[in-house]
Amino acid sequence: MKKAWIPILVIGLIALFVYTKAVGVYNIFVQNEETISGQWAEVETQYQRRADLIPNLVNTVRGYADFEQQTLTQVVEARAKATSINLTADDLTPENISRFQEAQDQLSGSLSRLLVSVERYPDLKANQSFLELQAQLEGTENRIAVARRNFNQSVQSYNSNLRTFPNNMFAGWYGFERKGYFEAAQGAETAPSVEF
Amino acid sequence: MKPKHLLLIFFFVFLSQGFAQSDFPEIPNPPRLVNDFSNSLSPQHLSNLEKKLRAYNDSTSTQVTIVMVKSVGPYDISDYTFQLGDKWGIGQKDLDNGVLILAAMEDRKVFIATGYGMEGVLPDALAKRIVNQLIVPNFRMEDYYTGLDKATDMIFKLASGEYKAEKVTSSGEGGGALVFFLIIIFLFVILPMIKNKKDNDNHMGGRGGNVDLFTTIMLANMLKGGSRGKFGDFSSGKGSFGGGGFGGFGGGSFGGGGAGGSW
Repeated sequence: MKKAWIPILVIGLIALFVYTKAVGVYNIFVQNEETISGQWAEVETQYQRRADLIPNLVNTVRGYADFEQQTLTQVVEARAKATSINLTADDLTPENISRFQEAQDQLSGSLSRLLVSVERYPDLKANQSFLELQAQLEGTENRIAVARRNFNQSVQSYNSNLRTFPNNMFAGWYGFERKGYFEAAQGAETAPSVEF
Repeated sequence: MKPKHLLLIFFFVFLSQGFAQSDFPEIPNPPRLVNDFSNSLSPQHLSNLEKKLRAYNDSTSTQVTIVMVKSVGPYDISDYTFQLGDKWGIGQKDLDNGVLILAAMEDRKVFIATGYGMEGVLPDALAKRIVNQLIVPNFRMEDYYTGLDKATDMIFKLASGEYKAEKVTSSGEGGGALVFFLIIIFLFVILPMIKNKKDNDNHMGGRGGNVDLFTTIMLANMLKGGSRGKFGDFSSGKGSFGGGGFGGFGGGSFGGGGAGGSW
């Protein structure tokens, strides 16, 4: 009679252990996801801030009659493309992130070409409102870099949590998936480098 | 555990610390607001700047910090400045009102990083102007002190009235507490003396043995005052005047605000 209790007790203990572990892991993942979505919002805010600065920049530059129209058109097109991609925090898969990053990097590239071509216009370079815009643009690039780094760090710890044993089993049950992060794309980190 | 393993662990701990130190300097102990790791400022100038920034920190809780290093190595100067500011936690935790002026002397680059809470009063465009018009021209002439002095003056001017240190309000209350204290002494020591004289004249009972309504109100007042902690505030305010130390960084964080330049 007494011996029959032992297996039941052992099974009960194991079940309790698995249950508490499962709950703990679930809660940790939920907290991590919340952190990540907060930081993703910051990333998007900063990219949006850059997109908002561009019309002002384009208008200021356009005032200089002979400024290359093609460079300007490219910036405007890249901006339109970049702002058309909006990711919610729920679909931050690696593919989506890289698509988002590609569009933003294209905008960075055309912006840096614009700022390089400004070199040939001394009047424009001395224009006070252009200088202010340029400082704001630089600041925004810095903020983007910080936001991206924070986002990447959280995603990295989330991903490595997710893929280590035994969390990977629980994550499979709950349907948590790996999230994508920003790769240091070639030239993206330095663009638009505006050093006069 | 075998001593061999212990040795190995010590080695790794040592190694990891070594790596941490090579990229970012540790917070000096005791903490200072002016940190010249490149030996570019004379001791006199260092202490002038330190005094000035410390006084500003004491009165506003805004931590304007200067760090001068030889080089930031492979880092972007802006990136390095933000990370150092975050690592040291410059500014108060809930206000994020830190400013870090970082100069890399051999790279001939300087950057002013603003904490989240300072981005409003010191926007990037103004930080850029401070760098270009106050720091760079003086640094070009190797007059580092004047450049930093003028830049911090300008930052103070821009940020004036934005934040107030807790200490300032409590020392104001300290004055109130002093008056309160004197009133209490008057009412409890001097008045009873007069009253007791009268009581003894009337042959009503022992000296100070009676508690009338007036005294009860006074007692209640004292208790109320005590529970508000006015006396405590008063004494802590006094302590901070005597010490004159800088209490360390508050844990503020940086979000990428600021601007830089090179000379």
